[in-house]
Amino acid sequence: MIAELGHFALILAFVLALVQGSLPLAGAHRHTVGRDDGGWIALAGPAALGQFVFIALAFAALTALFVGADFSVMVVAANANSQLPLIYKISAVWGHHEGSMVLWVLILALFGLCVAVFGSNLPATFRARALGVQGLISAGFLFFMLLTSNPFARLVPAPADGRDLNPLLQDPGLAFHPPFLYVGYVGFSMAFSFAIAALMEGRVDAAWARWVRPWTLAAWCALTLGIAMGSWWAYYELGWGGFWFWDPVENASLIPWLVGTALLHSAIVVEKRNALKSWTVLLAILAFSFSLIGTFLVRSGVLTSVHAFATDPARGVFILVLLVAVIGGSLVLYALRAPALTGGGLFAPVSREGALLLNNLLMTAAAATVLLGTLYPLFLDAVGGPKVSVGPPFFNATFLPLMAPMVAVMAVGPFLSWKRGDLAGAFSRLYAVLGLAALAALAAWYFYRGGPVLALVALAAAAWLLFATLAEFADRLGLFRAHWRDSLERARRLPRAAYGMTLAHAGLALVIAGATGASLWREEHIQSSLPGDAVTVGGYEVILEGVRQVEGPNYLADQAQLTVRRDGREVTLLEPEKRVYAASAIPTTEAAIRTTGRGDLYVVLGDASEDDSGAWTTRLFFTPLVVWMWIGSLVMVAGGLLSLSDRRLRVGAPRRRKTHGTSGLKKETA
Amino acid sequence: MKWKFLLPAAIFAAVAVAFAVGLTLDSQRLPSALIDQPAPQFELPPIAAIDGGDPYGGGFSSRNLGGGVALVNVFASWCVPCRVEHPQLMSLARDHGVSIFGINQKDKPENARAWLERHGDPYRAIGADNDGRVSIDWGVYGVPETFVVDAEGRIRYRHVGPIMERDLTGTLLPMTAELGP
Repeated sequence: MIAELGHFALILAFVLALVQGSLPLAGAHRHTVGRDDGGWIALAGPAALGQFVFIALAFAALTALFVGADFSVMVVAANANSQLPLIYKISAVWGHHEGSMVLWVLILALFGLCVAVFGSNLPATFRARALGVQGLISAGFLFFMLLTSNPFARLVPAPADGRDLNPLLQDPGLAFHPPFLYVGYVGFSMAFSFAIAALMEGRVDAAWARWVRPWTLAAWCALTLGIAMGSWWAYYELGWGGFWFWDPVENASLIPWLVGTALLHSAIVVEKRNALKSWTVLLAILAFSFSLIGTFLVRSGVLTSVHAFATDPARGVFILVLLVAVIGGSLVLYALRAPALTGGGLFAPVSREGALLLNNLLMTAAAATVLLGTLYPLFLDAVGGPKVSVGPPFFNATFLPLMAPMVAVMAVGPFLSWKRGDLAGAFSRLYAVLGLAALAALAAWYFYRGGPVLALVALAAAAWLLFATLAEFADRLGLFRAHWRDSLERARRLPRAAYGMTLAHAGLALVIAGATGASLWREEHIQSSLPGDAVTVGGYEVILEGVRQVEGPNYLADQAQLTVRRDGREVTLLEPEKRVYAASAIPTTEAAIRTTGRGDLYVVLGDASEDDSGAWTTRLFFTPLVVWMWIGSLVMVAGGLLSLSDRRLRVGAPRRRKTHGTSGLKKETA
Repeated sequence: MKWKFLLPAAIFAAVAVAFAVGLTLDSQRLPSALIDQPAPQFELPPIAAIDGGDPYGGGFSSRNLGGGVALVNVFASWCVPCRVEHPQLMSLARDHGVSIFGINQKDKPENARAWLERHGDPYRAIGADNDGRVSIDWGVYGVPETFVVDAEGRIRYRHVGPIMERDLTGTLLPMTAELGP
């Protein structure tokens, strides 16, 4: 009964999405050509509200089915088990293809609702168009779900118990990773809808950029957090101490992140300088297009990946048609309308705009590189070549060289003024920073007794970025130059967006430092140990005390006890586990980690020796600085959120300014 | 001047064509290195006895193969898709007289027994692959998987995932008919 109600709610949501995707667009068009729109424009808001209500009902129904463990529903039987703890019964709602689609459209509808509720400052036709585009996207995906991925399909006869959620997904880190990732992906749909609406209206101006930025920023924060959570999960759960694997699904989240970051920065140029308009619109289209490709590539059977959900050829064809309609359609619209979007502001190559443009080019080049590496196996397969996989060597050799100039420019850019910057002047303030960066590399060289040259360079780059960012911040406050009271006053007046930038850039510097330490200075020891044996790793002495059996709610585990000593003092007891989940018989490893700012001690329990000697295989890693990667990610997100709270971006505050640059097709909206 | 605005759409068109070609490449039929090769050599015990009773299923070894066309089906009681394909296996054995051998992978004996008693036993013989070792020799990727072995004992076809009604009529029945009794 609940399942049927949920199914019915999805169908109603689909009908409302069709209404939202057609009448408001037609009404806005009629309005623009001077005819009576018959109230069609006003339909957009209520349709968005209704759609959200019905999708939320469907989501609630699916959640109820999982919590109530109703195994007569196919997806519940395949992804839950009566012994599954409650929190994972809830996270299992989106732990599979069908449920994750429900979550996807729920978030899409939530964003639509936000525009309807908080978008009162948008011109009526523009709002109707943006919501109309959202409605079309939503209709496409609801149709896809209803036809090929019905989450409420029944299984007859019902099994007595379910198959259980994949044990790898039974983890708090992964339970909440997909929602954040989806808020990020779907959040870019707002920038996309605004871009399409702007192309329809033929107008992009500073006010448009100010509307787009908060939505993009919110999506960017969520995506950053989602990617960081996924990476953190992979680090501690997969049991080999790596944090990024260049897997197609990871790449699929990185590409929109890169393009979205570029979009955030180019929107600033549109807002402040009325330049780079068509480029910004293109980025808005691309950020969401890559989100779509990212979400669906792995579900269509086009690419195989360790993350891939069960694939089905019928879904693949549908997804392809949907992608062609959404992405192809918007790019054609772009080709037709964008040439008329002429920019106003001119600028010299050395200027704030120039630095932001360079950032944009490097970001999109990096995104294109990752895309190429991800799709290359597919292209090769399509032309009849051998099945290959493109691994980390390709990405390290192409992605990192693009990031190096990025970091170099990122440090200098904020020192440059708009329109025409003074490079010599900027550098004169960066000598000290350069010295500090060199010092950081030297310190690392001393501390780690050498190490790869690349690691020293990367660490110097991180220090360069961090100190340059702090120097720029100090510069703004006039620290060391003005009286401290002046500085305090300046700090008070500084817009939150400026604090946000400082935090986000500093956060990236921390991420670079952490990634460098964790990938280039990692120590790894694998050995067979008897109880009492000691191993020295990363300055710690680790002693295996013993292994015992423990029982969890739905698994059995071998748990090892390892005493960790440093300088002869006992610092902690680590208890890594090797679990076997009862329902699925899938074994997983649970690493035990001691985290400090200096680095992580990471312990994994392997197999017992086969000759009954009582020896166990243990793997010990020391990953220096890795915690700074997660801290840095959080700092970046904090920067984004702070910037989002800036008064200028606050919903309701920005009124459309009719100053410079309402250029374009000169079609007035009202 | 205007052509550069067409560039994104043109690039996307090329990508979309590649996707379309990629879709036509059947991902379900994972290439198996074992196609047209003799089946691996193995010896599996029957499903273990519980509480002093008799073992179940008779055991399954490579000697069982080669007498005629046969299906080798990897299954487990904990596997939901196996439950989905089970009626098709019953129909193959009962209505079409196809020999099916079972590899019961990583299962508890009492669960495997209860499952077969409840849903029916389509297998000529069953071997218990408790540690999954023999499944690895067969190149099994996940459960369920089914192999068609011809009268000479060579693997001719590999089916990944549950056997649905359409697989039965579209592939497996024509194939077993063609390969002879």
